[in-house]
Amino acid sequence: MHHPHIRQSASDRAVHGIILLFLTGCLVVVAYPLLYVLSSSLSSPRAISAGKVWLLPVEWTLDGYAAVFKNSQIVTGFTNSILYMAGGTALNLVMTVLAAYPLTRRQFAPRNKVMLFFVITMFFSGGLIPYYLLVKELGMIDTRWAMIVPTALSAWNVILMRTYIANSIPEDLHEAASMDGCGDFKYLTKIVLPLSKPILAVIGLYVAVGIWNSYFNALIFLKSADLQPLQLVLRNILILNMIDPTMIKDFDALMRRQGLTDVIKYAVIIVSSAPVLVLYPFVQKYFVRGVMIGAIKG
Amino acid sequence: MHSLKWRRTNAAKHWQLYAMIALPVLFFVIFSYVPMYGVLLAFKDYRVADGIWNSPWVGLKYFEQFFQSPSSWRIIGNTVAISAYSIAAGFPIPILLAIALNEARSAWFKKTVQMVTYAPYFISTVILVGMALQFLDPRIGIVNQLLGLIGLEPRNFMGEPGSFKTIYVLIGIWAGSGYAAIIYLAALAGVSKDLQEAAIIDGANKIRRIWHVDLPHIRPTIVILLILNVGNVMSVGFEMIYLMQNALNLSASEVVSTYVYKMGLINSNFSFSTAVSLFNSVINLALLAAANFIARRTGNGGLW
Repeated sequence: MHHPHIRQSASDRAVHGIILLFLTGCLVVVAYPLLYVLSSSLSSPRAISAGKVWLLPVEWTLDGYAAVFKNSQIVTGFTNSILYMAGGTALNLVMTVLAAYPLTRRQFAPRNKVMLFFVITMFFSGGLIPYYLLVKELGMIDTRWAMIVPTALSAWNVILMRTYIANSIPEDLHEAASMDGCGDFKYLTKIVLPLSKPILAVIGLYVAVGIWNSYFNALIFLKSADLQPLQLVLRNILILNMIDPTMIKDFDALMRRQGLTDVIKYAVIIVSSAPVLVLYPFVQKYFVRGVMIGAIKG
Repeated sequence: MHSLKWRRTNAAKHWQLYAMIALPVLFFVIFSYVPMYGVLLAFKDYRVADGIWNSPWVGLKYFEQFFQSPSSWRIIGNTVAISAYSIAAGFPIPILLAIALNEARSAWFKKTVQMVTYAPYFISTVILVGMALQFLDPRIGIVNQLLGLIGLEPRNFMGEPGSFKTIYVLIGIWAGSGYAAIIYLAALAGVSKDLQEAAIIDGANKIRRIWHVDLPHIRPTIVILLILNVGNVMSVGFEMIYLMQNALNLSASEVVSTYVYKMGLINSNFSFSTAVSLFNSVINLALLAAANFIARRTGNGGLW
């Protein structure tokens, strides 16, 4: 007998099973390294050296975290990064709004030309050396300004902001407001900004995470140790293996010292990623929304 | 075209708009357009005392120097190979992930997988490479411990030139696939229910519906992202590769961006470094244009 309907649902069930298996695989592959780092950061140096950690912490201890918070470089880096992140994000938001709002006004005659002028910067750049020489000419090398000013605005964010304002704030509002003698500055601060909170959140979060995670500008522009952001301090510890020996002066045995070095590395990974990853579940919808707005435009 | 007079009245009436945009325009003039002008360095012998404009012209001297140096083709080769490998191995995975997520029936499971796979996107490059170094450590790394369980000798993966590209590509896939999948998921959300139902009535099974309904729907998105990827072949991420480099793997890991950084800012060879970087940008733009041309010619649409 021929039973197309039954045979079809059986094959669909098989496909569905494969899909579930694939997704579970993706979940495990992404989650396991994260869990492993967390568990290792809470394990004893001896357990790490002996390779006893597989999934959960072995011989619970907070030694690694204690060493991380006692390290002055990490504390300085953390403070600097927060400063750069706060200053850079605030500046970026102000600049993005100032650039995007006039581009949404029909009354702004040169808006297409200005837009083109902005978009060109997305595709052409002078490259590393002219950029470096410029920042040097401006006297910003080895100052905190170099961490905030050169990245104060991106054309991409202007496009996101402009698209949002143009699509979600009715033109009638502006006509009504200007009828009442409301100028553009007043209209922007009283009407547009309160209505643009979602897009400001999206752009602010992307900019903040970007600043927190980047190290390249700090690498080329900063020399002084006391100005360095967290990511450069992390580079010294995780990549260049330059852990300050005073961090581990209390321990004599070489084996334990080596083990502690590794625990410190795991702990510092957790400490530095925590601010972003703790916030992440709460702000995830904003990030997803940002990608969506970008996808529609791009 | 508006008359000069009209434009002047427009500016006077809407001076607030001009006042707002003045600072952003000034910003791009200084931080984008001035460096573009600085590209002239590539054709000059840069002397600090003379500045860019007054330094003497040398034509293509630094381009010739680059192509005559024995390392240039190895560096270009590494750059292209790493990019091609990344695209070939990494590009299809977010598409598969998005299609699988789209088919998942349990909303809770779908949300969990999406949230977890998206999370590594927020981990910094320094941490990603730091984690890779810990996992691949010959002494305590989990990878070598696993190899030990099946009786294999520990290997120093980061010191092997042959392993470099694979490690780089795998980190990229691990960290970026969840993020990239969101764009495809957004596109898949737009597949019409009617079309799906019509396919079911016609007796199409799940595989056929994915193949004949879902994939054609997201094809424009796939094409655009592929064009953008090809347009970035020469600009493989400096940040990650520079951190992964060491003396042992340099033969496989030196790419154009790391070379430009070392020649320019470490060795202060400004003109040479600018020439290499300019050559690189030109190739990138050419690749972008070529990919766009092919996409249009094959009827897949393009960026422009």
